[in-house]
Amino acid sequence: MAFDVTVNGETKAVDMPGDTPLLWVLRDGLHLTGTKYGCGVAACGACTVHLDGVAVRACQIALEDAVGAQITTIEGIGTPENLAPIQAAWLEHQVAQCGFCQSGQIMQAASLLAENPAPTDAEIDEAMGGNLCRCGTYPRIRAAVHTAAAKMKG
Amino acid sequence: MGRIRTIARRTFLIGSATIAGGVVFGTYAYKKPIPNPLKPSAITPYVLIDGNGITLIAPRAEMGQGVQTTLAALLAEEMDLDWDQVRVMHGPASRAYFNAAALEEGVPFAPTDESWLAETARGAMHIPAKFLGLQATGGSSSIPDAFDKMRAAGAVARAALVDAAARKTGLKATELKTASGAVVLPDGSTIPYADLAHDAASSDLPKTPSLKPQSEWKLLGKSLPRTDMLGKVTGTATFTADIRFPGMLFATARTNPGLGAGLKSYDAAEALAFPGVERIVEIPGGLAVVANSTWTAFKAADLIAFDWDAAPYAATTEEMRTQTAAAFSPDHQDSRQRDDGDVEAALPADVWAAEYTVPYLAHATMETMTAGAWLQDGRLRVWAGNQLPTQVLKEATAITGLDEANIDVETPVMGGGFGRRAEMDFIKQAIHVAKAMEGRPILLTWTREEDMTHDTFRPMAIARIKGAVKGGKISAIDLQLAAASVVESQAGRIGMSIPGPDATIVQGAWEQPYTFPNYRTTGYRVPEGVQVGSWRSVGASQNAFFHESAVDELAHLAGVDPLEFRLSQIDHIPSRKVLEAVATASNWGSTPPNRARGVAFCLSFGVPAAQVIEVENTPAGLRITNAWAAVDVGIALDPSIIEAQVQGGMVYGLSAAISGEITFAGGHAQQQNFPDYDGLRLPQCPPISVTILQNGSKIRGVGEPGTPPAAPALANAIFALTGQRIRTLPLGKAIGFA
Repeated sequence: MAFDVTVNGETKAVDMPGDTPLLWVLRDGLHLTGTKYGCGVAACGACTVHLDGVAVRACQIALEDAVGAQITTIEGIGTPENLAPIQAAWLEHQVAQCGFCQSGQIMQAASLLAENPAPTDAEIDEAMGGNLCRCGTYPRIRAAVHTAAAKMKG
Repeated sequence: MGRIRTIARRTFLIGSATIAGGVVFGTYAYKKPIPNPLKPSAITPYVLIDGNGITLIAPRAEMGQGVQTTLAALLAEEMDLDWDQVRVMHGPASRAYFNAAALEEGVPFAPTDESWLAETARGAMHIPAKFLGLQATGGSSSIPDAFDKMRAAGAVARAALVDAAARKTGLKATELKTASGAVVLPDGSTIPYADLAHDAASSDLPKTPSLKPQSEWKLLGKSLPRTDMLGKVTGTATFTADIRFPGMLFATARTNPGLGAGLKSYDAAEALAFPGVERIVEIPGGLAVVANSTWTAFKAADLIAFDWDAAPYAATTEEMRTQTAAAFSPDHQDSRQRDDGDVEAALPADVWAAEYTVPYLAHATMETMTAGAWLQDGRLRVWAGNQLPTQVLKEATAITGLDEANIDVETPVMGGGFGRRAEMDFIKQAIHVAKAMEGRPILLTWTREEDMTHDTFRPMAIARIKGAVKGGKISAIDLQLAAASVVESQAGRIGMSIPGPDATIVQGAWEQPYTFPNYRTTGYRVPEGVQVGSWRSVGASQNAFFHESAVDELAHLAGVDPLEFRLSQIDHIPSRKVLEAVATASNWGSTPPNRARGVAFCLSFGVPAAQVIEVENTPAGLRITNAWAAVDVGIALDPSIIEAQVQGGMVYGLSAAISGEITFAGGHAQQQNFPDYDGLRLPQCPPISVTILQNGSKIRGVGEPGTPPAAPALANAIFALTGQRIRTLPLGKAIGFA
């Protein structure tokens, strides 16, 4: 059966079982591949997207529960030609190494900044602790979140 | 003569790079040029100029280490390209892109030994590397291999373009300059390279192009924006699983968690009936489920009842530890690479002695093992992030029977490698599935659980160390190091057997630049058990912990400051400088109240690296409050990338030191996913200051050397804070971390 989902402002019909995790709806149903599979058990944050503006793990949201919500993925916050301020900060600090976790890191940090425009290091730690990076980009993530906060403040 | 005898006795150690192909030595094929795989459209195998602009071929895998950026910069520098004119691709799997430096670690000379003999031996290793057509990424070898080769390729391309411009204009080549991707005529007008490419293809290429002196570098030596960064911050970078073809099917594999053993029987009826499942395919050691989405494949695979054969190795961690400990016997001696002075005579009866143990480790790359394949009309296309594309060609030929000419191998960016993607298992599975599903593109993705339990693990290792101090220095130290052979295990998986000792068993211990008068390192080979593989920094990952913990224990025994203690017994200048650099950066000796610091040093892959770690006790547990690292890379091509690699290497080492452990029961790895095999998280990560030095006489790669000192620096800091000497990793089993 088909479900209507709204991703990055566009509503599309997806013909996948209702219990399919949103992660796989995005990746294999809609071919929006910026959102990554890392663990499937909400332990790494690589699949972080926004559901009505709040950061969630897409591997834990069933397709049928995403109907009617506004879903935003990494592709929805900015493009290579038109970066979101947080992406510009990531670029400025050259944060990514392998890059596989970075969509999730950026979406988590964007959600933090939407709630708290000037987070302290402790608040960044608190918000970002669920997003694993095996390359060890954490020092630059911290710096980029501060820069993004400054950019967004204007 | 003494020297020659020493070498004969040592024999050549073949390092982990030999995983790539048959060891056939000879010079005949070496003299023959290897054909340019991009002809006729490319001037050299590294530079492609067409209607789309200038594309530089960076034939090393991008695992996150930034190597493609630096390789491109080497070419662009000599071609006088502006950085924003540069586009990079990995290039096809081809013997033209052989990696000569990958074998250099196998020579029986410490990296600090720059004698004629040592250099000659290193040079000789380039012959087998070329013969093997080793297109490998690993061993921190990409930059040393590429430094001259890529610059020369850029200079050759530039010379050909200038020659074409000279023929076109009737001017002399010496009157022409180059800048910003164009030839500049004496009157200031320019001809873009793109307009000269066609003619340049027929230029006579100079055999020995002259290279720019370092003082004229515009790109090299600077922190450049990485070519892969924009894609990685926008979700548009194309990883293996992001490639889509019409009609693509999605697969996952389940093979025996008793690694290497077969599948006795199975019942897949329920899985086959699961909506969306296309087929169940038998693959070596198990099954693959092919479905209309990855999730469907994952779910259906859970419905299969498997009856596995028993694992062909010890069933439990305890038995594995017993086997490792049993290897300390003369019949298991693998190498004695260092035997300075007379250790037996110099060790007193009341000698200090300790035993250290480290566990098996998984690589746990963020992207699980993933490969795509498509067999159609007699052609096979394989796309898979991997560190050995030429080996993929061989495996694909063996499975499909196709000629190499009919196989295309693409190497997308990888979600981490750390040595795991030098393995062929997941790629072979994808090719088997593609063969069964001929005509359909398939993408095979491992679940995290399959990935964690089917790794090629960093081996368990035990060290037995004895030492003595006299007059504030180490008078004698004896390091006995037992581990399974990574090289034997890797070579076995590609049907080879490598004679001789395995350098990785003693790597990070035997070649250290300490001047202890009586200094012996003996490697003991544990008989092959569960499969093991290269794990970031390979043998140095365990041996630096052993060696540097022991040096620290002896420093305390001698009553000497651990950093001073090291400095007083190292005379290799670049090594001294990295220790001095972390002492200065950390303001060593003035630790804030309630905190303590540990220091460690390791020379690995030719790079001297020192680290200082600072810890404090908090109500939530031990916290790492600060960290300092210094490395000497000889010539620093891109400081920002080097800093990132050193920070990342340290975080990788700290993750393993604090919590990394794979245990076995019934022959199966017990850890399944990140909740039971976690890495360091952002709140646990201290600020990491990195000092980059350039005192070494050779350029070095830095993907690995940041890892080895992390565990001992942390363990030494814990001792300094608490008086607790932890000799078994992970440290988190003995002490609580915040």
